[in-house]
Amino acid sequence: MASKFFESRGQSLEKQQFTWREIVQQPFSKLNDDAFSRVRSILMNGIEFESVMFQHMLARASRDLRPHLARVRQVEQHQQKAVNWMLPPDQSPLETTIGYEQVAVEVTASIAQNEPDPYLAQVYRFGLLEDFDHLYRYSALLDRLEGKDANNILQSYTDILPGRPTIEEHRAALDNLRRPYDRRKAAPISKINVCLITAAEQQTENYYLNVGPLFSDPVARQLYAEIASIEEQHVTQYESLMDPDETVLEKWLLHEATEVYTYRSCLESESDPRLKKIWERFHEYELGHLHYVMELFKTIEKRDPEEVLPEKLPELLTFANHRSYIRSVLDAEADLRTNGMDIVKREDESSESIAYRNQVNREGSPSQAVAAGYRWIPGTELNQKIA
Amino acid sequence: MKKLTEMGLNRTGVDSSPIDSKDIIGAALNSTPTSLDGDEEIGKIRASYIMNAKPLGTLPVPGTIKGGVSTILEKLAGNRPELLIDKLGERLAFERTGTRLYEAIVQKCRVLDSDRAGIPVATLERFRDQELRHFGLVRDALMSLGADPTAQTPAADAAAVASGGILKVVSDPRTSVLQSFEAILIAELADFESWDMLIRVAEEMELKEIAASFRGAYDEEKVHLETIRSWLSDLMLTKKTAVKESAA
Repeated sequence: MASKFFESRGQSLEKQQFTWREIVQQPFSKLNDDAFSRVRSILMNGIEFESVMFQHMLARASRDLRPHLARVRQVEQHQQKAVNWMLPPDQSPLETTIGYEQVAVEVTASIAQNEPDPYLAQVYRFGLLEDFDHLYRYSALLDRLEGKDANNILQSYTDILPGRPTIEEHRAALDNLRRPYDRRKAAPISKINVCLITAAEQQTENYYLNVGPLFSDPVARQLYAEIASIEEQHVTQYESLMDPDETVLEKWLLHEATEVYTYRSCLESESDPRLKKIWERFHEYELGHLHYVMELFKTIEKRDPEEVLPEKLPELLTFANHRSYIRSVLDAEADLRTNGMDIVKREDESSESIAYRNQVNREGSPSQAVAAGYRWIPGTELNQKIA
Repeated sequence: MKKLTEMGLNRTGVDSSPIDSKDIIGAALNSTPTSLDGDEEIGKIRASYIMNAKPLGTLPVPGTIKGGVSTILEKLAGNRPELLIDKLGERLAFERTGTRLYEAIVQKCRVLDSDRAGIPVATLERFRDQELRHFGLVRDALMSLGADPTAQTPAADAAAVASGGILKVVSDPRTSVLQSFEAILIAELADFESWDMLIRVAEEMELKEIAASFRGAYDEEKVHLETIRSWLSDLMLTKKTAVKESAA
């Protein structure tokens, strides 16, 4: 019997078509649209990016799956472009960066609270405090480089405060690996959460790698390099939560389930009717992809997709401010560090990470320099200087 | 024509969400930065890069000099010919992009029927054609000096970075005619000043023919600037200014 999560078959693959005009629509308004519309657009670009790249990796390793992957990817790639092209051209790369960090902060906070597995939830809280700090550092850069207020992007939903200081986030390679979930025991939502957050972090790193060199200011160039390095650590951290014993089709099925879940979360929360239509349409498309892969799972692996998929729709992402929750995590866990796969107290941190950090920060710390003495106030710190 | 900017649901600024804003302001006020130094720390990083920076690039060696042929350029050796070539390269690039800038505003004004608002598309088309001719003038001047008009000089590169936002504003379908012309005003102000300086540099180097050929462009750029200013006044002020479009 079909479960509620995938009982709708969505739009069949052969009917999923685009024109260039549909792919390149009117962007959202940086000034008038809700900040969470921007958050959803950035997040879905990350989800689609992961989907396309995952399918490429799979195609390189599987002769049999190649034609199936090519068919589905033909649609996913255009979905990604349609979503990413919602970003408006008057939003500078640094303003978009503020949007990316708002995604990292608010989406991770939502996931951390939904996650039933205590270890996974702890890992999310650990990462959350680091992205939270990045938001503060980039806000200082936006203020001090461009004379702009990051809160015009954040719209007072998200705090601009120091988190776990970026200077202290640099870790030795093995201290970024975490313990994977057990594919036989983990709840489906746990698997979806890992897939979702890995996608978001990977896209964030890619974005910083692309835009970092576009800056002329050496401080900005350094800060993007430094924070992109942490995002790489985050990708390492989150992807290591995935059970490496999952079959490739199991992983593909989870990717499609993640896309269904995330588009559903978007369409249920979207306030802009035009964007809501896009989320609705792509939710239908993803259900179509999910059913396509479910058939492959049945015919190739001879397994029931219900082994992997949630029985019913899990609790959706909440696109809302999580300030109170984040502040409590900040108070309790900013001092945590890592030692191998464990998250530990500061005094138990691995000596390898301390040595690595001392080395990489030896000639100074861009994240410290950019936010030296920085406290956010409305209208930028210059507003305070003329008071 | 698009209407002027209206009141609406702009969500920026702390007043858009007073309760949340009060909360985040209080939290920020009570926070402690992780370093208590000031923004001079940024200056230290910048200073170290400035001290060690290499330039954007150099001027290409003119082909005629490579071949050992005596040129006007060589005769100017004592008069900083590199400055002249660099600035001519900048003007050439600016006029070439300026032509594209006017093509964009012609398109926008035609679609939005700006004639009805006193901004004749025909005038903009004339300005576009003049920008194109100015590009040709500078190209010919560079060639007469034995320099390569297809090369990108460092001054051209820096000026293109500086004016990059102008084309971005004009080519955005969402920007109004007013917003577009305010962007074009920046270009025309720079253009006008730059032609003036270029003529003075050419005169100082006793390049009389080049200086004379540029004076016509200078006069036309002056008309562009006055016309754009006049249109902006008409769009923003209820009292009409004395300088009218007929000046074009």
